[in-house]
Amino acid sequence: MNFDPRFSGRKFTSVGTRPIRPDGIDKVTGRARYGADFNMAGQLVGRILRSPHAHARIVKIDTSKAEKLAGVKAVITAADLPDLTDGDAAMYDVLDNCMARTKALYDGHAVAAVAAVDARTARQALKLIEVEYELLPHVTDVDEAAKHTAPLINDTIFTEGLEEKPVKPSNVTKRSQFGHGDVHQGFGHADFIVERSFKTEQTHQGYIEPHACVANFSSDGTADLWVCTQGHFVYRQHCAQLLGMEASKLRVTSSEIGGGFGGKTHVWAEPVALALSRKAGRPVKLVMTRDEVFRASGPTSATSIDVKIGARKDGTITAAEATLRYSCGPYAGSWAEIGAMTAFACYKLDNVKTVGYEVLVNRPKTAAYRAPSAPMAAFAVESAVDELAKKIGMDPVDFRIRNAAQEGTRSSYGPVYGPIGIGPTLEAVKSHPHMKAPLGKNQGRGMACGFWFNFGGQTCTDLNIGMDGSVSLAVGTVDVGGSRASLSLVAAEELGIDYAQVKAIVADTSSLGYNDMTDGSRGTFSSSMATISAARNAIKILRERAAQMWDIAVDDVVWEKGHAIAKGEKHGNLGKLSLKEIAVESGKTGGPIAGHSELVADGAGVSFATHICDIEVDPETGATRVLRYTVVQDAGKAVHPTYVEGQYQGGAAQGIGWALNEEYIYGKDGRLQNPGFLDYRIPVCSDLPMIDTQILEIPNPNHPYGVRGVGETSIVPPLAAIANAVSNAAGVRMTHIPMSPPRILAAIEAVREWSK
Amino acid sequence: MRYIRPLSMEDAVGQLAGSSGTSAILAGGSDLLVRMKGGFIEPDLIVDIKAIDGLSEIRETGDGFSIGAAVPCAVLGESAALKKAWPGVVEAAKLIGSKQVQGRCTITGNLCNASPAADSVPALVAAGARAVVVGPAGRRTIPVQSVPTGPGKTSLAKGEIIEAILLDKRAPRSGDAYLRFIPRTEMDIAVVSAGVNLTLDEHGVVKSARVALGAVAATVLLVEEAAQVLIGSRLDEATLERLAKVCAGACRPIDDKRGTIEFRRKVAGVLAKRAATTAYARAGGK
Repeated sequence: MNFDPRFSGRKFTSVGTRPIRPDGIDKVTGRARYGADFNMAGQLVGRILRSPHAHARIVKIDTSKAEKLAGVKAVITAADLPDLTDGDAAMYDVLDNCMARTKALYDGHAVAAVAAVDARTARQALKLIEVEYELLPHVTDVDEAAKHTAPLINDTIFTEGLEEKPVKPSNVTKRSQFGHGDVHQGFGHADFIVERSFKTEQTHQGYIEPHACVANFSSDGTADLWVCTQGHFVYRQHCAQLLGMEASKLRVTSSEIGGGFGGKTHVWAEPVALALSRKAGRPVKLVMTRDEVFRASGPTSATSIDVKIGARKDGTITAAEATLRYSCGPYAGSWAEIGAMTAFACYKLDNVKTVGYEVLVNRPKTAAYRAPSAPMAAFAVESAVDELAKKIGMDPVDFRIRNAAQEGTRSSYGPVYGPIGIGPTLEAVKSHPHMKAPLGKNQGRGMACGFWFNFGGQTCTDLNIGMDGSVSLAVGTVDVGGSRASLSLVAAEELGIDYAQVKAIVADTSSLGYNDMTDGSRGTFSSSMATISAARNAIKILRERAAQMWDIAVDDVVWEKGHAIAKGEKHGNLGKLSLKEIAVESGKTGGPIAGHSELVADGAGVSFATHICDIEVDPETGATRVLRYTVVQDAGKAVHPTYVEGQYQGGAAQGIGWALNEEYIYGKDGRLQNPGFLDYRIPVCSDLPMIDTQILEIPNPNHPYGVRGVGETSIVPPLAAIANAVSNAAGVRMTHIPMSPPRILAAIEAVREWSK
Repeated sequence: MRYIRPLSMEDAVGQLAGSSGTSAILAGGSDLLVRMKGGFIEPDLIVDIKAIDGLSEIRETGDGFSIGAAVPCAVLGESAALKKAWPGVVEAAKLIGSKQVQGRCTITGNLCNASPAADSVPALVAAGARAVVVGPAGRRTIPVQSVPTGPGKTSLAKGEIIEAILLDKRAPRSGDAYLRFIPRTEMDIAVVSAGVNLTLDEHGVVKSARVALGAVAATVLLVEEAAQVLIGSRLDEATLERLAKVCAGACRPIDDKRGTIEFRRKVAGVLAKRAATTAYARAGGK
């Protein structure tokens, strides 16, 4: 395939406009079908029994009483999901997390499941399952878990990445290191050094829609899965592998999705639903409760980070170093590694070193959460950067501009940057009216930068032209944030037709080739590239058909503004043919007209943002109020600006919740104390101001329209921007996220005591 | 599970008294339904009291106000007379949950749910509100603070139902106020709260006072010593500081997921100070 993905600098007609999304009306009228809205005749209710213990050996599970209860059609344990992972350690962890084998590793770990005729019977059946546990010592704190004296979660794990292979097992599964230059020497050249330690508590993505699916295993060995997911192709592969099926025998259809943010990139209950359906011989619907979502899906890491940065009097950073410890839940991960890669990515540094440690704890398996691992690293680094600017006596924006990475800079994690947006976002912030707005008593302003890699990946789309000239676009990336609208705009743009002529759908796994998930901010980036490619392939056929209709050579036909035009003097008397006119005749000129595309979307441009925020702190109670918030971010090219702004605002809103109130609170018994939205405090509408946005467009050279992913970067700066604002308002440096009122009040009181 | 919707108090009381298993009274249901959905309780009998004559009314009597047990909190906010007389009680009722929840929930339900953090209870206790209890043994009127006896527990006997909450007619130069601390702006539960009710003499000196604190002990605290600090004062700076100190001292809080002992003590004092200042201004004090 000779598709040219390079940026072409074309003038846009459809791209950049703001039409209504095709899924909008069904969503606001309640007609859209989410995970739990699918039903089948004869379906059973699936429920999962979960460990109440943080760490326990499963001695015995007796399911006989539950099996005898009238209305119970299947009871399963790990024995019904045998290990078929064939040495694939990551998949074995997924399997063990779906259904505990020998040990329950956290409060909420699945140990058995039932399928029954109704919810009440299923609940009763769970109570009849007898599990004998042998309690083991547990550890839930990331720093405690990293100590040599901590209870071991998995005694077969020895820390990887050390110079010498360790002789003792450890909860630290891996050490990773990034950087270049000599930090020791760099600190030697510094006039000022800031060195601090930071902590962030564990947070959940907080998507409003719980995990839900209907599994239907047929007696011929094939199966259907209707599920709320960010990636139905990945779910198909994982479920097929865990259940011992060929992928093509399992058809997965993705529902509408009420938020995912990374948490729906991983199977939790779906293999269980399939195993229940296989055993019961009937469809099984399994919907997680909110309690289960908090206890047993995949929150992000809790972290503990040490940062040291040195600079000369003139404001040039001479060296930067960070040590990052990230919790992984009870299974190995690479979360600290990503944190270590992103930590200093905004800056041009001669001497930089970051070291990440992955730490096992008795908490749920960590999953991706929007720019996974980057917000915590940015919190630590951008807090220290702010403090260093203050120490030098420089404006925090100017200090960052001075040290910002540029085109050609070798990034702290290795690669050399192409054209990037960190400098322009900082310049835009510097001249933004927000930075000059007056502040009142007890109010503070903070700003911070953030970086995210973005991802491209495998993509496959089909573009079919109906005989009435309308266009249906089938994509394989789940629409989380308005991508069907954006991709319709792209198809309309490339074909030269009206947006209203295009209808985009998310096709199931049996209708398209493999697609990676909607993660890594790749949905619109990669599927728009594939859509452009598919449209160009369709145009090639449209030109051939027009040539046939005119009986001229195809090379004499060009495609312009939705029409075939005969090129050259000799065809001067031929009128143009519209897409519709060609489509109407297609039955006589060779049959259906379609464009197909399969590609790996390389060159997802890295993304940068800078945020500003104003906070008021009540010095008597530690209460905070976000007064004003501004997001400035590079989008490459905003295909549908409203949904780009939505991504910017959404990331900021989630970041505000994370920074101020959200946290997993564990008791001494290792049980999660706040598995619900009452005490796990995501912001409500009245907690937030209108979040202002400014879209910068620095074209990505590797995409025909210059598009970059925009979904994740917006959650990277908020923790730091808010921490800087709170610190300025309260007059004390905040180092522990969330900055809940008790933490802020304690910090203020400590300063009062100290200054007495 | 049996659901009934009796039309008279006698029937409701009789059904409850005669039931053998677990039972629950349903008014707004904003606590009951959540607990049932969460799988925490599964009552054998649910008695819906909303159809009982008079229970959904606010009556203005010669002695003050009678607020029926099934009156939703939102309706309290629509009564101009009640709002004028008892603004602190109304603002407390209008802080429960969210707008949607306030359309269902009742102050009687809030009282009987017996949460130490209930929003309307400290305001009712400060206001000296009384509850009319109807049971198999007849009718009795008791101070609201004697209803909750501990988290989730009340002094009501089997078959007893609260019919109405009574608030006194207002003396001249009176004002009340309620404040609570939550980390969010709504949809939350008080970490600490304070209700203050004052009456002034013609010189602006506090003549009588009641101070109640919520979420700092197993039940709402009526702090006599705090009232004594206010009585005889014009709420000068020193009085307010003493009030804060006394309130902080009166707390018997716990460390939990919503706040620390230290935080609750400190903020109880701050809120009492602020609520007293508002109540004083509402009473016409300057």
